[in-house]
Amino acid sequence: MPIAHIMAAGMGGIRASGDLVAWMQMTQKMKLPEAKQYVAEKLGVSILDLTNEDVMYPLREELGIGVVTARAGGPKGILAKAKIASLLGIEINSVELFKRTLAEIG
Amino acid sequence: MGGGILTRMGDGERVELDEGEVRRELLDGTRDAAAKGKIPELEASELDQLFEIFAEPGRIVSVPPGEELVVTDDAIADGLVRSEADGGAGMPMDRLACLLAYERGAAADTACTGSEDFSFKPVKAIIDNEMQSQYTRMLSMTIPLFYGALPNLGLYFQPDGPYPNFAELMPQGKIDEARKAQEDAAEALKDDMIFVGERLNEMGCEGLNFDTVASTGDADFYAALEAVRALEKSCPNMPLIVGMASEFVLGMHGKMTFDGEQLAGMFPHDQVKIVEDAGADIFGVAVNVNTSKTTPWNLSRATTFVKHTVAEAKIPVHPNVGMGVCGIPMLLETPIDCVT
Repeated sequence: MPIAHIMAAGMGGIRASGDLVAWMQMTQKMKLPEAKQYVAEKLGVSILDLTNEDVMYPLREELGIGVVTARAGGPKGILAKAKIASLLGIEINSVELFKRTLAEIG
Repeated sequence: MGGGILTRMGDGERVELDEGEVRRELLDGTRDAAAKGKIPELEASELDQLFEIFAEPGRIVSVPPGEELVVTDDAIADGLVRSEADGGAGMPMDRLACLLAYERGAAADTACTGSEDFSFKPVKAIIDNEMQSQYTRMLSMTIPLFYGALPNLGLYFQPDGPYPNFAELMPQGKIDEARKAQEDAAEALKDDMIFVGERLNEMGCEGLNFDTVASTGDADFYAALEAVRALEKSCPNMPLIVGMASEFVLGMHGKMTFDGEQLAGMFPHDQVKIVEDAGADIFGVAVNVNTSKTTPWNLSRATTFVKHTVAEAKIPVHPNVGMGVCGIPMLLETPIDCVT
């Protein structure tokens, strides 16, 4: 059932921009239209292209914010999230902890 | 089948309706919500849009490009490995593999995980384990990962918990004692939720999902609101979702208040205001399904509540669309033709 919801109405997660729009809702309490607009402006794409895999895959790869396919050495996980936080100008709790830990080792 | 519109009853049974019947069900559904919630009915154009969705001949219905939305959930990825009869698939995987499959195989926007029991109370005893496993998962995952749990006030009453069982006291006419038991239990629940939330925040928790809030009525809701307010202050970087159990807060206590507002009897458009005042970042609206009514009736009714709730809200609203809420039929294997 949830996968049906994702396929029918979701934003495609890291196939497209669903995670990015979600971060704006979660960290800035942005309602959906505002969150989409914000992310689209940050990425330099139209709102329609936020779920366009043909645009989002190469863009995510270029920005190093994680893509859905295997890319050894390419950012995924916490490294991708650190780049996402920087790109969107937000603080992500896990990334902040990660950065503090990294700072301790210089 | 006679060439009519195939849809479902609220219990999932397939029925065939003609165009006039679907339109009447849609109209009756919105009128029922409007009457109960004292809110506006759907407009004619919106009822037409719902009709077009039901009339679409394909089995799966989607949204137009550009109108997609962010999907959050209540530990769905865990369902791949969990073994409970009401939702677990029991596959031999670990939870991180489930979550990564959900992220990269199902292309989920967000994910959520939690303990097997999925209530706050038992998490308290295993918080160190939960922190470690959640931390490991967050390192590997790219999409936002929530930790989820139910307030589930019922676990605090005898024989499962230390407080006298209000459901046994009330039939005996011991109303004051029943209320006192709920008040005491709510304080203990609040403390547990704050404890769990603050510990999760120590390891950088990306979001905390209060799931199925007010399932035990207004005292359950009160405890969750108090915990949200405390965590919003002590853990400002940890987003908080509050998802409700039903469209109407049951007055099991009857006199619980938050910021001077009586909680019993609140409908979704009232619930969202008090949830955002408490400090939550996202609100999950739940609208009950009537299993003896049709899906057009239930969906129209749910859409009426959701539309008004979104209009009233300052924070994002994510409707709960699981089994038996917001128009989804109430059965274990929900039919895809009514899920989408």
